[in-house]
Amino acid sequence: MSLFSFLGTLEIGLIYGLVAIGVYLTFRILDFPDLTVDGSFTLGAAVTATLIVMGVNVLLATVIGTLAAACAGLVTAWLNLRFDILHLLASILTMTALYTINLRVMGKPNVALIMEPTILTPFEGIFGLPDMYMRVIFVAVCAVAGGLLVAWFLRTQYGLAMRAVGSNKRMAQANGIVVKQKVYAGLALSNGLVGLAGALFAQTNGFADSTMGIGTIVVGLAAVIIGQSLFASRSMYVIVLSCIVGSVLYRLAVSLALNADFLGFSASDLNLITAVLVALALIFPKLRNEWKAKKAARNEA
Amino acid sequence: MKLNSLIKTTILAAAIISSGLQAKPVYVATTAIVEHPALDAVRDGIKSVLDESKYKGDELKFTYESAQGQPAIAAQIARKLVGEQPDVIVAIATPSAQAAVSVSRDIPVVFSAVTDPIGAKLVQTLEQPGRNVTGLSDMVNVKEHLQLIKEFVPNLKTLGVPYNPGEANSVSSVAALKAAAAEMGIEVIESAAPKSSDVMIATKQLVGKVDAIYCPIDNTIISAVESVIKVGIDAQIPVFAGDTDTVARGAVAAVGYNYFDLGRQTGDIVVRILDGEKAGSIDVKLATGTDLFVNPKMAARMGVEVPEAVLTRATKVIK
Repeated sequence: MSLFSFLGTLEIGLIYGLVAIGVYLTFRILDFPDLTVDGSFTLGAAVTATLIVMGVNVLLATVIGTLAAACAGLVTAWLNLRFDILHLLASILTMTALYTINLRVMGKPNVALIMEPTILTPFEGIFGLPDMYMRVIFVAVCAVAGGLLVAWFLRTQYGLAMRAVGSNKRMAQANGIVVKQKVYAGLALSNGLVGLAGALFAQTNGFADSTMGIGTIVVGLAAVIIGQSLFASRSMYVIVLSCIVGSVLYRLAVSLALNADFLGFSASDLNLITAVLVALALIFPKLRNEWKAKKAARNEA
Repeated sequence: MKLNSLIKTTILAAAIISSGLQAKPVYVATTAIVEHPALDAVRDGIKSVLDESKYKGDELKFTYESAQGQPAIAAQIARKLVGEQPDVIVAIATPSAQAAVSVSRDIPVVFSAVTDPIGAKLVQTLEQPGRNVTGLSDMVNVKEHLQLIKEFVPNLKTLGVPYNPGEANSVSSVAALKAAAAEMGIEVIESAAPKSSDVMIATKQLVGKVDAIYCPIDNTIISAVESVIKVGIDAQIPVFAGDTDTVARGAVAAVGYNYFDLGRQTGDIVVRILDGEKAGSIDVKLATGTDLFVNPKMAARMGVEVPEAVLTRATKVIK
């Protein structure tokens, strides 16, 4: 794997790290399986890209894109809480609707940003750094800052209440926590992070495309699970940052799969190889623990 | 003296061996957004041109990566390729081309099977595009398609078009089709199919409203074109296609690019760059060369006759 390829892998992995944190918030913290992210990733990208092409300030465009995606999360929460539509179904409905909305926002299926100013433009050539390093550093700062903020938030009074809602709704209610409000906030935050990832992806890759959100949820979930199986911890900071690490590892698996042609694999085998590598990453820690336990048992005997 | 000549021979031998080792093959890296018969044919066309050029056999390293339909993987592939420093990157279809163009500063990028390279911001002009990018556009000649359908259905008033509104190429070709149809007094009725599993229903929506159905070059529709054909047979509405490959799968007829030829035209551009031309000084080409495929058996099953004139013109008759 070349340096450029490795840095590119890091860059995309770090951007999807924000997706992983978003998915962690819904699936793990709130216990609310939310598939809205497939649509909100694209929404963040679509809104931001369209605004940039219209000449809006890039930072403002990114913020609006993020907020639009957060609103998509609110819609899912509203469908679920107000009308009792099953959470999974509510999120599928929003995701489906977003496909059309994204096309409407862009007015066409693909908005190009190549040669437009992006959030990265002010940093080009800073300290004489080549772009490939600068981009990685930029997205790393975004992802880690996002992660630290979320971890800090989850440790506040409000965040603790949100975690309580996820682990035991009735107990939380009995303790005077306004459950619905926490779910709204959680989904908005989660989808906002995913939308921010979409906005960054569009700007670092030069386009927003109506198909770019497909499979976001799968990638996000894989990243969360990889991260958590490698770092067992109760510290919120470690857990949230492990989502980012998981996402980078997932991208490394894809990258390894892309470089596996010398083993006789062809381009069409990519998804299978990626799945096998991720499965190995998940199986390994478990097997290692079993070996350790066996060894310990033998030593005692 | 002896020692001297020995040293000389050794140096000479070393020079020959090292020059043999140094003759690095040219490296052409191709990537496409997804695997699908038309896009694969483009890749094979490019390869066939290279195999006939002086860059063949050991002189050529030719690789291919597919992004499996996911733009994030296309972005990752683009970075991998730039890192490998190939002599030319060939990017097939819009998202792969955008991903490659946005990361490659110096390595020449040749795009192919991109309908609207200016709209996709790959180049700013078709002539002398500048920078390190050039390629081949497969903008469809929709007027030709409409004329062919009219030969089969002389009193064509309404034409049904199932397509995926999420595909950049289809949207621009359907818009072009509508404009051309309006000039000929034909009304186009669209039907949206965002996924291949929606194609059947989208086509059924058209039954009773249209005189003929036209499948544009749309990855979603083409991957499930059998659903369209089936509805066409059941409802006795002839189904036409925007690409000739679909005729073998059951469409009545099509004029279109042969994607293998499109690949060959792309390959010519690649060879010019390998020969030392700058990508930015090669004009972006519109693909040329049309094929006419007819499927008389399917025409009969959908209740239309193949006009004699079309049969004699056809470059291929599916039996």
